[in-house]
Amino acid sequence: MNFVKAIVAAGLVAASTSAFAADITGAGATFPFPIYSKWADAYKKETGNGLNYQSIGSGGGIKQIQAKTVTFGATDMPLKADQLEKDGLAQWPMVMGAIVPVVNIEGVKPGEMVFDGETLANVYLGKITKWDDPAIKKLNPNVKLPSEAITVVRRSDGSGTTFNFTDYLSKVSADWKSKVGEGTAVEWPTGVGAKGNEGVSGNVGQTKNSIGYVEYAYAKQNKLVYTAMVNKAGKSVQPTVETFQAAAANADWTHAPGYYVILTDQPGDKSWPITASTFILMHKDATDKAASQEAIKFFRWAFKNGGKMAEELDYIPMPANVVDLIEKTWSSDIKS
Amino acid sequence: MAVESDALQAAGPYDRAKALSAFKLGDITFYWITRASAISVLLILGGIILSLIVGAWPAMREYGVSFLTTQRWAPSADPPVLGALGPIYGTLVTSFIAMLIAIPVGLGIAIFLTELCPQWLRRPIGIAIELLAGIPSIIYGMWGFFVLGPFLAYTFQPAMIHLFDGVPVLGAIFAGPPSYLSLFNAALILAIMVLPFITAISVDVFRTVPPVLKEAAYGVGCTTWEVVRSVVIPYTRVGVIGGIMLALGRALGETMAVTFIIGNSFRITGSIFSPGTTISAAIASEFAESDGLHQSGLILLGLLLFVLTFIVLAAARLMLLRLEKKAGN
Repeated sequence: MNFVKAIVAAGLVAASTSAFAADITGAGATFPFPIYSKWADAYKKETGNGLNYQSIGSGGGIKQIQAKTVTFGATDMPLKADQLEKDGLAQWPMVMGAIVPVVNIEGVKPGEMVFDGETLANVYLGKITKWDDPAIKKLNPNVKLPSEAITVVRRSDGSGTTFNFTDYLSKVSADWKSKVGEGTAVEWPTGVGAKGNEGVSGNVGQTKNSIGYVEYAYAKQNKLVYTAMVNKAGKSVQPTVETFQAAAANADWTHAPGYYVILTDQPGDKSWPITASTFILMHKDATDKAASQEAIKFFRWAFKNGGKMAEELDYIPMPANVVDLIEKTWSSDIKS
Repeated sequence: MAVESDALQAAGPYDRAKALSAFKLGDITFYWITRASAISVLLILGGIILSLIVGAWPAMREYGVSFLTTQRWAPSADPPVLGALGPIYGTLVTSFIAMLIAIPVGLGIAIFLTELCPQWLRRPIGIAIELLAGIPSIIYGMWGFFVLGPFLAYTFQPAMIHLFDGVPVLGAIFAGPPSYLSLFNAALILAIMVLPFITAISVDVFRTVPPVLKEAAYGVGCTTWEVVRSVVIPYTRVGVIGGIMLALGRALGETMAVTFIIGNSFRITGSIFSPGTTISAAIASEFAESDGLHQSGLILLGLLLFVLTFIVLAAARLMLLRLEKKAGN
């Protein structure tokens, strides 16, 4: 009997200590998952407070915060101001990143090929089906392209990455806009679907003559062959922190209600065209105010100390003036 | 038993009635426990059907019969256009090809194991089949992705496409750019996955054939083939079909491995080398991010799979009844 009691007591102690440590829970976008987990790790070391982030996808993040099952939700597809109002949510951008086309063609090295928006749209529309298509050849006169069918890889699950990618294609191709449009899960005209950024990376890495789109960090980690892009200004740019930052610098955060800014196809000679920011959603008047304050503390810490870590993972930290704006949002909107 | 006789003795010779009523109570309790267990199956099944119908109701009301006949799946359109034709087609085609391969191979293995196999080879093959059944489905998916897929795409499919080029129907079935994520790849993996079901059950029922029947057949000069065809199979028909149905049920509903290698495309192209999707794969990939009508549509897909499986099982029962009648029972 004593033995049983001891076990029960041990269980109670374990339960109470874990409740005491008050882990912040968050769920949503897969796109910022690498950086959120890195931040959480460093934050835990520094403060002892943990963060439990589930990368279930942007749509899931929105749903979970609406259902109040998590302290914060994360999404790559910002909610519009009226929807935020309706659910009593506050929204702000947390970190920025970029989406890159990746290819797998024998002999082609990272950054060697270049795409423009329209050609990319036509590949994903199924209008361009071979690698030696004149449109691709014209952009890449010096690359040896095989006369092979293109295997188009895209996401099968709903995703914020897809939202930003299709948003970009909609901006650069009228045909794409009218036939497919933008969304987290669209009606793909062609291609094979893979689950998650990891799935697309895996598929492209594995399949000869394929093309896909992934968040830059995934492309880099998996050593995939990314391509350069022709941006709005007509300049060919490589995916680098510099070009991502150039795109971010052109965004007008001050005048966007609920920080609703989509960073694709930004002007500027150096702007990477498929740049995206990822957002945090929280209830203005949360039921668990302690957890909500704890989360704000974490985000404040991340803005202040997390910039370098973000850059190491090829994300772009938010500019200082935007962070100041967000601080104001916190103090005015989030009730404690 | 020991306990019961103890009870009888403890009750003594004059308290027989009490002891008997104790037995009776035990019996009744036992009866009700087992009965409740059996009924709980019906309740659970009913609950599942009910919750599926409730969840699917908005989509049913919105799309009606057109859900079954529409090929377009556009959850982000406004309003969303959802049609189940693609996933239904994929489910039926992959299961059909899987059974086409798995039934003869599975029965072949079973017959070899019970009728022809030398004793020393029996155990290794038997264990191999059990292992095949024990492998988690995601491992099959990964194997299909990394090993089978490339082989099919770069070796098998080009050969088949070349072979059937210009042949009317077959040409179209095998047409298209080879891709290692395809209906055919998924079907092959399914065939391997359901093989143990067919084999294990067939082996078990083949062993139930009374040796005297077989000996009699051999005695009148039958060959092994004739014994299998005219004695073993007819005698074990019900069990064999049961195994096949179990396998078909798994093929229809298998999710993880299929999602991995089928390509998740809602388009029907007619070629088995093109990507497709199945009902369960569609639900698995899209459910987490779905809401509103889209989610309801996915639940309706689930309900369809339920109905489809039910129809298959009912058809199997009917077929069995027919066979019994024909056999003159």
